[in-house]
Amino acid sequence: MTISAGVRPKSPIERLLAANSWLVYAFFYAPIMLLIGLSFNANDNVGVWTGVSTRWYSEMFRNDDVMRALRTSLIVAALSTVVSTILGTAAAIALERFRFRGQRVYDGLVYLPIIIPDVTMAVMMLLFFAQSFNIIDGIFGFKPLFGIGTISLSHIAFNISFVAVVVRARLAQLDSSLEEAAADLYATRWQAFRHVTLPLIMPGVAGGALLALTLSLDDVVVTSFVAGPGATTLPVYVFGLVRRGVTPLINAVSTVMLAASMALVLISLFFQRGTGTVATTEEEPLEET
Amino acid sequence: MTDSVVLTGVTKRFGDVLAVDDLHLSVADGEFFSLLGPSGCGKTTTLRMIAGFEFPTSGSLTIHGEEMALNPPNERPVNTVFQSYALFPHMTIEENVGFGLKMKKLASADIAQRVKRTLDMVQLSHRAAASPSQLSGGQQQRVALARALVNEPQVLLLDEPLGALDLKLRQAMQVELKDLQQRVGITFVYVTHDQDEALTMSDRIGVMSDGSLLQVGGPQDIYEHPRSRFVADFIGEINLMPAVAADRDSVKLLDGQVLMAAHGAQPGQAVTVAIRPERFTLYRPDDELPSGRSSISGKIIRRIYHGDVFVYDVETAEGLLEVKEENRPTIEIFEIDAPVTVTWNPSAATVIED
Amino acid sequence: MALTEIPDPVAQELESDAERVASRRGVLIALPSWVYLTVFFAVPLVIVLVYSFATRSSTGLTRLTGWNLDSYRRLFDPLVAEIAMRSVVLAVATTLICLAVSYPFAYYIATRAPKWRNLLIVLVLIPFWSNFLVRTYAWRIILGSDGPLAQITEALGMEPVRLLFTNSAILIGLVYGYLPFMVLPLYAALERMDWSLVEAARDLYADGWTAFRKVTWPLSRPGVIAGSILVFIPSLGAYVTPALLGGARTTLLGDYIVSQFLAARNQPFGSALSVAVMSVMLVAVIVYFRSGAKNL
Repeated sequence: MTISAGVRPKSPIERLLAANSWLVYAFFYAPIMLLIGLSFNANDNVGVWTGVSTRWYSEMFRNDDVMRALRTSLIVAALSTVVSTILGTAAAIALERFRFRGQRVYDGLVYLPIIIPDVTMAVMMLLFFAQSFNIIDGIFGFKPLFGIGTISLSHIAFNISFVAVVVRARLAQLDSSLEEAAADLYATRWQAFRHVTLPLIMPGVAGGALLALTLSLDDVVVTSFVAGPGATTLPVYVFGLVRRGVTPLINAVSTVMLAASMALVLISLFFQRGTGTVATTEEEPLEET
Repeated sequence: MTDSVVLTGVTKRFGDVLAVDDLHLSVADGEFFSLLGPSGCGKTTTLRMIAGFEFPTSGSLTIHGEEMALNPPNERPVNTVFQSYALFPHMTIEENVGFGLKMKKLASADIAQRVKRTLDMVQLSHRAAASPSQLSGGQQQRVALARALVNEPQVLLLDEPLGALDLKLRQAMQVELKDLQQRVGITFVYVTHDQDEALTMSDRIGVMSDGSLLQVGGPQDIYEHPRSRFVADFIGEINLMPAVAADRDSVKLLDGQVLMAAHGAQPGQAVTVAIRPERFTLYRPDDELPSGRSSISGKIIRRIYHGDVFVYDVETAEGLLEVKEENRPTIEIFEIDAPVTVTWNPSAATVIED
Repeated sequence: MALTEIPDPVAQELESDAERVASRRGVLIALPSWVYLTVFFAVPLVIVLVYSFATRSSTGLTRLTGWNLDSYRRLFDPLVAEIAMRSVVLAVATTLICLAVSYPFAYYIATRAPKWRNLLIVLVLIPFWSNFLVRTYAWRIILGSDGPLAQITEALGMEPVRLLFTNSAILIGLVYGYLPFMVLPLYAALERMDWSLVEAARDLYADGWTAFRKVTWPLSRPGVIAGSILVFIPSLGAYVTPALLGGARTTLLGDYIVSQFLAARNQPFGSALSVAVMSVMLVAVIVYFRSGAKNL
């Protein structure tokens, strides 16, 4: 089935495709590279380059607001990732491996948050918390605060769905005869899950967790609506800074955030290769001329 | 001899579809029993009900006398070899084979010992630490077998396990499996659509079609005395000639010829006379025929050489007949358009009442 | 010892005790997320719906009495229609540009040898996982009046490009931000495709373009649909990108809704807007799913 790419001369269409692809890669990475480069700019002014300096990084680490926002981001991300991964994985399993009454309603409920735009989600959560806090105030006499709690609860609400989608895709790919074989070999439902299903969907669970983590760290709108005074996440803080005007400090913060994301990706990839469960086809794809 | 598996009145419905229709089946202890039939006949569904992956809509299923129709698969003394092998890709061969024992919470020393013994039996101990993707199809198949046998089940279920192998390997494995079964003495219930496989390996065969069990018997019985057109046609090649029952032990062919053949039909009932191609012998029209044989004259219209046999298509008054003649040095080879007489021993004909 | 006949309708649903137990277990497993999503998603959704029928007092507070359809009637104002139209046009433009750019790109990657494919996709994943805000902020610098783009065009003798705070800037920012969301589902669909079908088409005298049109494109449609949904929905309700790259003159839906809860303090109207936007998306998704896609 293969026509090895090296044997035939490249057709004009192939050259075009290749050129287009390299352009897209350049488009992806040029802004990122620029940002990283500028974070080392000694000059205040973004448009003028006066030499390499790490002053913005030292300024960043000395900035209490930034550090506090970073801490809040990490706490919220950790909380929401853990909870939504567990609940999302359970949801995927319940939907894919079981049949029960009301399953269709449950299915809709799990998928709905994905198609809600984050503005609407922000409004929803704000009104919900405001209303609930009024009620709690009425009953118990004290009003809970908006803060890490409300932010985490909101993130979990939309992250469950994303984790569920990813894990469910992986579950669906799983050969059902493997779980049947486990049962045939005397495994109880739980044993089959623990020894066969879970290890094989791990890449999906990890992928879902990574997605939840990223969405939590990325979130601006929902967080800004349900954050309180004194509790803000890093992206919301940066957003506020940017609206007031560009300072190179933001470049340094941005670069740090970029580096963190890239590290996350590379770590997760490393883990995926380690388990080696993803089967790749041996044959090479055909190239159209 | 006690029966290993008994299905009584087992029916399975999937929504509107009747997959298995009122099945009555007994598999004897220690026998190699095959369920044979075309795709969609219900043989795999029946196997899955014995395994516990499906539950009967109605009926009873006992394993060694104990009612188990609604038991989950992990509570049955039965193991399955899957068509796709279903080896756990994230475990080594050793871990795969030992899985059942581990689920039963045996001591790890015991597990190691039994795994080694079983891997020796299928000649794969040298690959114990490999992962399934590193093994060939034939090797994977043997691991699947080992994984099931190591648990010493009362019944071993095999779902078309040789389907993915090429011809030579398949034939070698058929012999190996049969030998293994006889050595180990476990009851085998084997599902296949390959009638050759069923004939060569089984002690008894159950032929299924459209959810029903049409005939159960030994290979020779099924092959030489099919009781329905379907069974006659499904196994091997068959010549089917329409006829009418004359009296208790004769039938009249369409061309008026009367054949002596025992049957249970009413006089005047339409029946079919079934004769296997290899039971025919061809003679030249002017040859003297041995006494006691029935015959029909015809003309050769096709000859196919199969190395060990010649297959002739002969046009006769009873339709197109297929004749198989062994390729021996002394036989006469007939040419296309040659007139011939097709003869057979009356006892070779089976009368089928449908 | 035969079992008695199980009545058909029951037999069809739950065939035995074992299955009934399994179904109960399924409910148990689903329960935590079911409860969570009901409390922290379904209920908030209902609250927004309720608020959209409420009234706004003169001081900007929301009064949950005097239910009315005023907020919904206001949706038909020419101003709102203008904003909505602008947002839809922008979202559609973003989706189409993303599709046009991503398809050849995903196709190229999917047709490389396996070892290259993985590397090439990782190179797409890295920006995908990178912080959205940061990536959008980068364009604020690039498109600025003293940013690299302006400097380059000036150096080339042209008038320095002043793209920041225009609709084009928003479009660029949206495309840049959501491009991976289009690439990844497309790649997944193309990678999973059975390429021997294309070979069959070629064998049956189709030329390259026809084979693409009749085989590859239809088979990759689920990916196109998934990618389009994943780009269109966030683009329609975009807030961050227009806030960073757009100007004060161009208001889009996202900002308009947010302002109802900050400056304008008209929560009922903001709620009605949110409900409207959500309904449009729901309809779009349902339409898309009816047209053949099975899973996201």
